[in-house]
Amino acid sequence: MRLGYLVRRILFLIAVVWVAATIVFFIPRLSARNPIRERFAEIARSTGFAPKDLEQIIAAYEVKFGLDKPLLQQYVEYMSGVLRGDLGPSLTRFPKTVLELILSALPWTIVLLMLTTLISFVLGNLLGALASWPRSPKFVKGLMAPLMMLQAVPAYLLGLLLIFFIAFRLKLLPMGGAYSQGVTPSLTLEFILDAARHQILPAISLILASLGFWALGMRGMGITIQGEDYVNFAEHKGLHPRTIFTQYYVRNALLPQVTGLALAFGSVIVSGVLVEQLYGLPGLGGLLGDAILKNDYFVIYGITLFVILSIAILMFLVDLIYPLLDPRIRYESR
Amino acid sequence: MTQIAAVGPKPDAQEIRYEQPSRLTLTWRYLRRNKSLVLGLAIVIALTLFTVIGSLTIDTEKRAYPLAVKPKQPPSAEYPLGTDFFGRDLLAVMVRGIWQTAVIGLIAGAIGTGVGVILGFLSAYYGGAVDTIIRAITEVLLPIPAFLILVIIAGSIDRKSVTIYTMALIVSLLAWMGPTRVMRAQVLTLKERLFVNVARLSGMSNLEIVFKEILPNMLPFILAAFVSGVFAGIFASFGLSVLGLGPLREPLIGNTIWFAQQQAAFFNGWWWWPLWPSLALVLIFVSLTLINVGLDELANPRVRRTE
Repeated sequence: MRLGYLVRRILFLIAVVWVAATIVFFIPRLSARNPIRERFAEIARSTGFAPKDLEQIIAAYEVKFGLDKPLLQQYVEYMSGVLRGDLGPSLTRFPKTVLELILSALPWTIVLLMLTTLISFVLGNLLGALASWPRSPKFVKGLMAPLMMLQAVPAYLLGLLLIFFIAFRLKLLPMGGAYSQGVTPSLTLEFILDAARHQILPAISLILASLGFWALGMRGMGITIQGEDYVNFAEHKGLHPRTIFTQYYVRNALLPQVTGLALAFGSVIVSGVLVEQLYGLPGLGGLLGDAILKNDYFVIYGITLFVILSIAILMFLVDLIYPLLDPRIRYESR
Repeated sequence: MTQIAAVGPKPDAQEIRYEQPSRLTLTWRYLRRNKSLVLGLAIVIALTLFTVIGSLTIDTEKRAYPLAVKPKQPPSAEYPLGTDFFGRDLLAVMVRGIWQTAVIGLIAGAIGTGVGVILGFLSAYYGGAVDTIIRAITEVLLPIPAFLILVIIAGSIDRKSVTIYTMALIVSLLAWMGPTRVMRAQVLTLKERLFVNVARLSGMSNLEIVFKEILPNMLPFILAAFVSGVFAGIFASFGLSVLGLGPLREPLIGNTIWFAQQQAAFFNGWWWWPLWPSLALVLIFVSLTLINVGLDELANPRVRRTE
């Protein structure tokens, strides 16, 4: 059963990635746009570079990128490329491949998204559990309404308002960028502190926008657990309230929240991409915004596919750690 | 006299009115309890009034587009919200932008919910192979962040030909999976209820049962799905337009923010340019969420008890 479940899960996620890759491959081919031609038109417009044998150059590029072959063969080659981790070349920074660009942008995104998701998950669940806990002070319950409002607002907008109030009006923090101008990235303490200062506003906007989701979910769970027999029993046994709260209350309410974590990856990454674009950070979001601006199609497709692939893998990982958290769940038959 | 009738076996219509307050009073009493629904509706009505009165008093056809007024003016008596870099009156931009954003949301919400209701019904009511196929497609598509696919679709279309209507259609392409799942679950629970069995036994046809028995009971859920659909539609179109994939000729709210970002409005001190569209969007998103919470309370009495 355990093996059967895992196999089914893997097959499902493969189906998800395959469908996504197929969509990513076919949609652009359905339109009449030619990325290479547009790229050269762009160059001609901005630099005045317009050689006479432009058509031949374009044709040569199409051969190089395999765009002259039959569609079905291209599809098979693209898919096998995806399997090997080859997402194609970048049009604007040609010798570099899409994968190289993604890998160089990835650390920024991972640090930002991991930290904010972790903080938001812990803080949100704590607030939500406290809000449903009968003994907690009143102001915690009052926090729920503002958190619900914040959750309604996209992180991008919160980021924009934070830039206005904190960076523009109060001049407390930088308005954007990953590090101060004129500083070269290095692994010195000075640089890390500078970079961290630039990450504060993006992080706050991501945390504020997602806090409500965890808090409200946890509060709902907490309310249903309140009436359970084992909580009453623990109270009558005279256990310390803190023990009941952590061992009986939070521990049980947390499980569905972990499932929620797997479902939230998609929206976390999407809002992360938008916020990075807003603050001009060099992560995946910045890369995507840049690629859209410069019509670098292969980078756009590559990032999309990469993100979907990582979501599938993360969902699978959550599946794997779930039985560790909940001893009642075992993917075994009896 | 009437009091004697009240004890009698058949009270007439007049008597019942004494005991039951009118529908209006009941609605009023309910609305007083359901504060989030009232607040959300109030914001939506205020925004509607803003656009309606605004488009009647201001020439938005002209002033919301470039080169209409003096550029880069801070808010003043002449330009209450200021003007932008391209010479647009931001008040006119907001009037037109909120309207266009609402149109995109309403179209996307209607298409998404409509398709969701139809597929959900087919899936749950007929079951079998139809159910398996519809469910498999929804399950596989749901984990894929629709927004990223939308980026690709919007990116493959010639940007100059994008209008707010194509934008709405693009956004609604992947907005039906959520509603389908919710509707399917609802129909599944409803179709086993006693009244549906009674209807079937009394010889109602399938279509009659769907339209006369099940659909009326689903209205609160359909309404809630529609409101979430509008929310998701506005959210997605906002995300696309702040990446520069929107209908760039139109003064859509997301586009206005994108243009302001492209011209580094904050760095140049034109703070009013991105501020108004951001606040308008915050109001839109918060009001839709409040309405949804209110509708949830209306449809789910169980939520009411926990409050």
